[in-house]
Amino acid sequence: MSRQLLLEHINTPGIRGIKAFREKGGYSALEKALKTMKPDEVTEEVKKSGLRGRGGAGFPTGMKWSFLAKPEGVPRYLVCNADESEPGTFKDRYLMSLLPHSLVEGMIVSSYALGANTAYIYIRGEMLYVYHILEEAIAEAYEAGFLGKNILGTDFSLDLYVHSGGGAYICGEETALLESLEGKRGNPRIKPPFPAVKGLWQSPTVVNNVETIAAVPHIINMSGDEYAKIGIGKSTGTKLISACGHINKPGVYEIELGVPVEEFLYSDKYCGGIRNGKKLKAVVAGGSSVPILPGEMILKTPTGEPRLMSYESLSEGGFAGGTMLGSGGFIVMDEDTSIVKNLWNFTRFYHHESCGQCSPCREGTGWMEKILHKFMDGHATLKDIDLLWDIQSKIEGKTICPLGDAAAWPVASAIRHFRSEFEDYVRNPEKIKDIKHYYRLNNLQPVS
Amino acid sequence: MPKVTIDNIEIEVPDGTTILQAARMIGGDVVPPAMCYYSKLETSGGYCRTCIVKVTQGSAKDPRPMPKPVASCRTPVMDGMVVQNRTAPDLLEARNGVVEFLLINHPLDCPICDQAGECHLQDLSYENGLAKSRYEFKRREFDKIDIGDKIKLHMTRCILCYRCVKVANQLCDGRVHGVLNRGDVSEISTYIQNAVDNDFSGNMIDVCPVGALTDKTFRFKSRVWFTKPMDANRDCKKCDGKVALWMSNNEVLRVTGRKDTYGELESWICNECRFDKKEVSDWKIEGPRKIDRHSVISQNHYESLRQLKIDVSKQKNIAEKAHQDNK
Repeated sequence: MSRQLLLEHINTPGIRGIKAFREKGGYSALEKALKTMKPDEVTEEVKKSGLRGRGGAGFPTGMKWSFLAKPEGVPRYLVCNADESEPGTFKDRYLMSLLPHSLVEGMIVSSYALGANTAYIYIRGEMLYVYHILEEAIAEAYEAGFLGKNILGTDFSLDLYVHSGGGAYICGEETALLESLEGKRGNPRIKPPFPAVKGLWQSPTVVNNVETIAAVPHIINMSGDEYAKIGIGKSTGTKLISACGHINKPGVYEIELGVPVEEFLYSDKYCGGIRNGKKLKAVVAGGSSVPILPGEMILKTPTGEPRLMSYESLSEGGFAGGTMLGSGGFIVMDEDTSIVKNLWNFTRFYHHESCGQCSPCREGTGWMEKILHKFMDGHATLKDIDLLWDIQSKIEGKTICPLGDAAAWPVASAIRHFRSEFEDYVRNPEKIKDIKHYYRLNNLQPVS
Repeated sequence: MPKVTIDNIEIEVPDGTTILQAARMIGGDVVPPAMCYYSKLETSGGYCRTCIVKVTQGSAKDPRPMPKPVASCRTPVMDGMVVQNRTAPDLLEARNGVVEFLLINHPLDCPICDQAGECHLQDLSYENGLAKSRYEFKRREFDKIDIGDKIKLHMTRCILCYRCVKVANQLCDGRVHGVLNRGDVSEISTYIQNAVDNDFSGNMIDVCPVGALTDKTFRFKSRVWFTKPMDANRDCKKCDGKVALWMSNNEVLRVTGRKDTYGELESWICNECRFDKKEVSDWKIEGPRKIDRHSVISQNHYESLRQLKIDVSKQKNIAEKAHQDNK
């Protein structure tokens, strides 16, 4: 059985507009919250629901909201992190482009709970068409009286703005996002102070992912306790998973947390098995920065239990034997995939996206890419594998923001689980042929 | 007043003190190195990561250790905090890693660099670096540019500590100086070659921990250890006029601010004192400046070479033999 909350009405014609959205019960949570509940009660419901941040870290949302400092006379802000740029993750874009009003409604209800009178949606620069869709939805909401002064006759007022970024991965980090929103260079801030104390314009700010905010109206509608019944253990509710890679049916799926990985991967309801009847080699379960796991380890936990799609089950086994749910970018690789080449591509991405503020990430990501480049060129030696391992261990945990960790984890896990493949690249460089073609296509030069 | 223990030494410090400041109050070996933190510049610090320390006890209330090493320059102390710096081998290993990262793209052109002898990166790599680099790729390069008519920026040597950016933001008016691009190609620059035209812009040179920003009136004139530093002052309308003169014979080669033990200026000096007053008659000389005996500036190299009793002819023979073998 699977329950659809966020994507329940996704196939309704015209759901992008406010009329169809309201016919399907949209904005009822807004009315319920504003007319019958106090702001603290909304926060309490979210706490009860056990909703956890859907952006990657999985921090309990209700707890995050209750940490918000509430000094007198200082404005508070709600910022929605729509800067979805994790490779392999495309759920927020899907949700925003098809159901923009679910985000707008969530923003209003959440702002009401937090006492914010100004809210922002920080959207990634590349998703310009989604920006226009959101602008349209917000205009409709203003017209219907859900935004602006004295919403639904109450004394709660809210202005909602969409702000388009420049397309930097680093701006998905909450403090870099706030810097960018303030019009500065998107460099992560040094914490503490955390955004809950000093965020946007030095005021208390909550930054939440799109999917987290879109889940709030459902929690209000069905009550927190009811929402907590969906899912398994501390992983409550439903989660959007963007499945991609060598599977028969790539796409965005809404799952109830706790679905076995095997079912998600092979059942026709979800991914539909590996493409062309090939064997499963490896899975990156939560967007490119989480550790990669070989096929047998993703299906079974170290204790031999079947692994489930939940925060706890996926991280079972710690860093050596587990991974993370992350942002839900489920990248599947079949037996023909080269892990080294895949890692090179990831590392190239992190090198390109490093902001250059702190030294380990700025210098280390580029170094790792160059070493992996050597593997692709066929010039690598066995020593390079150890060097790569050493570099990643010196980046991890030493940086200002989690980008350093995100760059280090894929390298660590690839070497941990697929060391033999790296050695194969060293011993049989003649096997590597397609990379030259890749260079020509992309106008790249081999590293000297 | 919170009490903090750093490397088994307990100290009581005022509220809001950072770990680094507390360590500096203790002094000596306990002090972590800092390449980007500058106590006189607001919001500086946190970027270079050389000052990382291990917090084994967060506070008396919450004794859990911090999961990651923290930047001591930006982390305030809590009552009952226990910090390890030189007593934690894994932390020193991590710091060596940071130093290695700082050095992989540094040109190591110390023989032709004006900063050599008073360079923080030299000191740091001497203490924490490897004898040989593991980096085997081409190092990044930038063109040299002028920041105003008195300052040369040699971006290739820069370690992106952001100190000069903070000087430009906090001491100079009109923000034209900052960081362009991102990642390992980020560079300090002025927007479209705008000159930083301000009375205090010269302080950028003094805050630079490496030889990226150099004084054009001093470039290539002398090695710093051949000059004699003197404390001097003059009546200046813009600054307090307290400077260090770097002299050779009776010639003033260079004027800088006075730096303390941690390489930080005691006060900002203006460009007029720094660049234009190059006559001995401009200054009232107070006396020779005290230089730490560990500094290369205080060494008389010719004597110490003799003390080392290096047999030059023997070295020569070895070199020649190696040369013959190679043929």
